Amino acid sequence: MSGHISPKTTYYGIFGALMVLTAITVGVAFVNLGALNFPVAITIALMKATLVVLFFMHVKYSSRLTKLIVSGAFFFLFVMLALTLTDYASRGWHVGPRGTAAAGTSLSTGTDPVPRPVGTAPAVPAEDAAGETPASER
Amino acid sequence: MPRLPNGLATHAEHVHGHHPALQHHFETLEQQHEASTLGMWIFLVTEVMFFGGLFLAYMLYRIWYPQAWSEGSLELDIVLGGVNTVVLIGSSLTMALAVRAAQTGQQRATVNWLLVTMALGLTFLVIKFFEYEHKFELNHVPGPNFVFEGPHADQVQIFISLYFAMTGLHALHMIIGFGILSTVAWMAHKGRFSPAWYTPVEMSGLYWHFVDIVWIFLFPLLYLVDRAHQLS
Repeated sequence: MSGHISPKTTYYGIFGALMVLTAITVGVAFVNLGALNFPVAITIALMKATLVVLFFMHVKYSSRLTKLIVSGAFFFLFVMLALTLTDYASRGWHVGPRGTAAAGTSLSTGTDPVPRPVGTAPAVPAEDAAGETPASER
Repeated sequence: MPRLPNGLATHAEHVHGHHPALQHHFETLEQQHEASTLGMWIFLVTEVMFFGGLFLAYMLYRIWYPQAWSEGSLELDIVLGGVNTVVLIGSSLTMALAVRAAQTGQQRATVNWLLVTMALGLTFLVIKFFEYEHKFELNHVPGPNFVFEGPHADQVQIFISLYFAMTGLHALHMIIGFGILSTVAWMAHKGRFSPAWYTPVEMSGLYWHFVDIVWIFLFPLLYLVDRAHQLS
């Protein structure tokens, strides 16, 4: 069959790269980059996933039709996440049910453990966490 | 030409003049392999969207409750999570080597690499079991008995619900993958594959690598939310 046969060294090299990237993502997580911690972690995860898809899953050597399907999957996942988040993350006034911080301000926590006042929040989304038992109100 | 059942013979050459694995509606094994690859990827597309819904829920709640995400994430054991990451990526390597062995007609090596892959998958699941067990001991399991000290217990419960949903769905995929690999290992042991036809090895490999990719995202999203906070 016409399948591409990669040399073993390719697989060992990709595995080594994945291990290095794992070490970097753990190490960088302990460095306080503020709001940048999240994008850095996601970027490294995307790099790792790309290496797996291209080399372990042989997409680099696949037909153009397969490549189209694969990129289509991630494109539409991106559309779902990005378009939804443009709505939620761009509303600076928005606070989730009993939320502690306004959306879009920061994905990383500050040093202030005191919840910010939420009394001015004008709206609560329909799918709020009303079903949650208020065990924390003690 | 009569349709032949899949995989009856053990050799590429067959008295009927074509490969026994070649189904009658395909012209060549190459065409059949291309169709299998495409079909498998279309299945994986649906899997991407399946997990994608959970990732979207994760993102929305993370934006709403960053403090709770930080607190909940620090409850997870980064050592066990990190070891499992290494174990699972290692199993992807051995899976890729199993496919390579099948491509080059090394029957014993195919079986052995598949068994190593299964062993690593089992290791992952055992470590996951102990992580879950620890959560039950601490009553960190969502539900009426959920206990969490802190001002954001409700919201931490949402984080841990997503933790269980995402890792549980991932673990279910691992268990299914374990079943698939054991079947493929048995077929390899029986000498069903050859350099001319090894499609089941490669397709199960695609599935296994996909499960690995899901974990590659789950690990930083669940275990590494705010580790810098831990030190300060």
